[in-house]
Amino acid sequence: MTPSTTELEIAPTADDHRIARHAAAAIVLTVAEAAIPLPLPGVKPGLANIVTLVVLARWGWREAAWVVLLRVLVGSLVLGQFLAPGFFLSLAGSLASLAVLGAAMHLPRRWFGPVSHSVLAAFAHIGGQLVVARLWLVPHDGVFYLVPVFALAATVFGLVNGLVAARLLADGSVPSPAPRDGT
Amino acid sequence: MTVRAWLADWAAHLRAGDVLVVGLALVFCVASATRLWHGGRPDKAVIKAGGKVFAEVDLAAPRIVEVPGPLGTTRIEIQPGRARVAADPGPRQYCVRQGWLASAGAVAICAPNQVSLALSGRAADYDSLNY
Repeated sequence: MTPSTTELEIAPTADDHRIARHAAAAIVLTVAEAAIPLPLPGVKPGLANIVTLVVLARWGWREAAWVVLLRVLVGSLVLGQFLAPGFFLSLAGSLASLAVLGAAMHLPRRWFGPVSHSVLAAFAHIGGQLVVARLWLVPHDGVFYLVPVFALAATVFGLVNGLVAARLLADGSVPSPAPRDGT
Repeated sequence: MTVRAWLADWAAHLRAGDVLVVGLALVFCVASATRLWHGGRPDKAVIKAGGKVFAEVDLAAPRIVEVPGPLGTTRIEIQPGRARVAADPGPRQYCVRQGWLASAGAVAICAPNQVSLALSGRAADYDSLNY
C-alpha cells in the first residue's frame, strides 16, 4: 500500500500502529493485573508501566503519553471502571507521573536509568492520586495516614518495574526505532 | 543459577543515580511512617488536682512532682517523653498500675485523691476518655 500524500485522508501511520500495539500490550497487563487480589485499594504493581518505561526510553515522551492515556481509557472501559472514582484516580496519577517522567527523562542517562524513572513516576502517581482523593473522595486528612504504605508500594513496585524495563531495553527483545530525522 | 548470581544479574541494570533514587524513596517511606504514625508523641503533661490545673510540666527533663490531695500526696514521675503516677495514697492504685503513659491523650486518674495526669501533644492519637 502506498502511503497517502493528501492530508484529507486519514490513514494510520506506522507511528499510529506502533502506539496502538504498545497500548494494547499495556491494556493486557492492566486487565491481567486486575485479577490479582489487592490488600488495599490503590496499591497495585502497575505492570503496564513497564510498557510506558520502554516506550519512553525508545520512542520519547509523546508516544509514552499516548500509550498511557489510551491504556487508562481503554483499561477502565474493559474493567467497567470508566468514569468511576477509580478511573479519575488513575487518570490523575497517570497525568502526574507523565509530568514527572517528562522531567526525569532529561536526567543524565549515564547515572539515571529506567529504575529512576520508574520510582519517580510511581511516587508522582501516588501523589496525583492522593491529591484527587483528598480534594474529592475523602475530604479529610485521614487519607494521608496511608502515605507510608503507598510510598513503600511505590518504591518496591517502582524498583521491580524499572528493573524489568531496563532488562527488556538491554537485551534487545523490544524493537528499537529506525534512525529518524529530528528526535 | 544461584540466588546471588540472579540478584547480581538484576543489579547490573541499576545505575548510580538509580540507587540514589531508590535510597531516597526508602528514606521517604521511613520518614513519612515515623512522622505520620507517631503524631501522638506527647510534649507536655497536665497535672490536675481537685479539678484545677496544678501544673503543666514539659516532658523534656526528668523530674518528680508531688501533688497534694485529700488523702495525701500523689507522686508523679516525669521522664523524657513519658510520665507515670509513681505513688498514690488511693486504695485501689488504678492510676499507679497504669504504668508509663507515653502517647498524647493518655490519662491516668487517681480519683480518690482527686489527681489526674494527662499527656497532651500537637496531635492526640486518641481521646482516652472515649477510648
